[in-house]
Amino acid sequence: MEITLNGIKVQVEDDWTLLDAAKFYGVKIPTLCYHEGLSPYGACRLCIVEIGEGDKSKLVTSCLYPVQDGIKVRTHSQRVVKARKLLVELLIARCPTSKVLQDLASALGIEKIRFKARYNDCILCGLCVRMCEEQMDAKAIGFVSRGVKKRITTPFDIKSEKCRTCGACIYICPACLLRCQGPEPPSVLCSGCLNFSPPCVDQYKDVMCYLDPCVACLKDKGENMKKGGKK
Amino acid sequence: MQGETISRDFPAIDAIIKKYGERKEFLICILQDIQARYGYLPREDLERVAEKLGIPLIQIYSVATFFKAFSLRPKGGHTIQVCLGTACHVRGAERVLSKIKRDLDIDVDETTKDMNFTLKTVNCLGACALGPIVEIDGKYHGNMNTTKVESVLKKYSTKMKE
Ligand code: SF4
Ligand code: SF4
Ligand code: FES
Ligand code: FES
Repeated sequence: MEITLNGIKVQVEDDWTLLDAAKFYGVKIPTLCYHEGLSPYGACRLCIVEIGEGDKSKLVTSCLYPVQDGIKVRTHSQRVVKARKLLVELLIARCPTSKVLQDLASALGIEKIRFKARYNDCILCGLCVRMCEEQMDAKAIGFVSRGVKKRITTPFDIKSEKCRTCGACIYICPACLLRCQGPEPPSVLCSGCLNFSPPCVDQYKDVMCYLDPCVACLKDKGENMKKGGKK
Repeated sequence: MQGETISRDFPAIDAIIKKYGERKEFLICILQDIQARYGYLPREDLERVAEKLGIPLIQIYSVATFFKAFSLRPKGGHTIQVCLGTACHVRGAERVLSKIKRDLDIDVDETTKDMNFTLKTVNCLGACALGPIVEIDGKYHGNMNTTKVESVLKKYSTKMKE
């Protein structure tokens, strides 16, 4: 089967998802609720890509969308990037204490959160539920209620006999890993590193930088490019 | 209704499950039947259902909390529904609600100790002109205010005692 990935025709296996194809050809798509060892779930929607062209193009979640012959996929079109940034903003507003989310925000160059922070401790990505069910075979936790009241818990909110206290659910949870506080007082968006000037190489000529990617460098490059464009 | 003793009535639960061929596709029907029988879904019964159908308890709990029609707590003899829809809200439904809460000493979705009342809220009962509306056991009481609701409640409490 053949698809067009960011303008290049590539061969893909029939049973791949768009995310599988992108990964195989080295295109990085940010994901959050996807994990190689678990079934895809489509909760976070960060992995969106644009398929089709012109007016008929639409955004789909690449972790769930199967490849189709001749399909045209753009992984980083303007529309995709804009939507992705918005999603991360919303997620951070829900859970600003998560390191995983803050890292995503830095990587996407988000500098402002336009929504009110809620300080929730779960983003309902469902990773813990799938981990418990598919890898630990315990099925101790799950989603209960719905809408704004939806949450993760054990049956009847009491200690579950099925739980083997393996800790896998905590291990995989993107919200449980707390962010670094940074040198400045905590704000909704951490991005402490974004505010540094490139710390090392310019100032200390002999120092090698092993940070890859260093957000400060990335940001600096971006600004230089902007300035260069204007000239 | 004594939740404690009834909920251990496993033959009745087993009969319900059997009626649906012990098939997990009928989980919702089974839960509906249990709810119809006891007015709520007792925990022990759900554990029994999980065991019999061979599905995780958490899955049943998810379903039971997803649908508003299911209740996990025993319901009182009378169900009070206070409308908090827009029309009733602007006419002071909040005040009526807090009056009921105070008088019965329960919160929304709770049941009084004597199992006489369960308090619920809804968003519009479709009779906005009569707002604020308090519905008890399907009967609408319109133009409620804090004094009127007191006498309405009294009527239902005495009825129960007779
Ligand atoms: S600690 Fe318990 S709930 Fe968490 S994954 Fe392990 S078995 Fe499941
Ligand atoms: S507890 Fe963590 S892993 Fe589970 S749904 Fe919430 S954010 Fe995801
Ligand atoms: S990774 Fe595809 S929706 Fe979360
Ligand atoms: S708002 Fe109460 S009946 Fe419509």
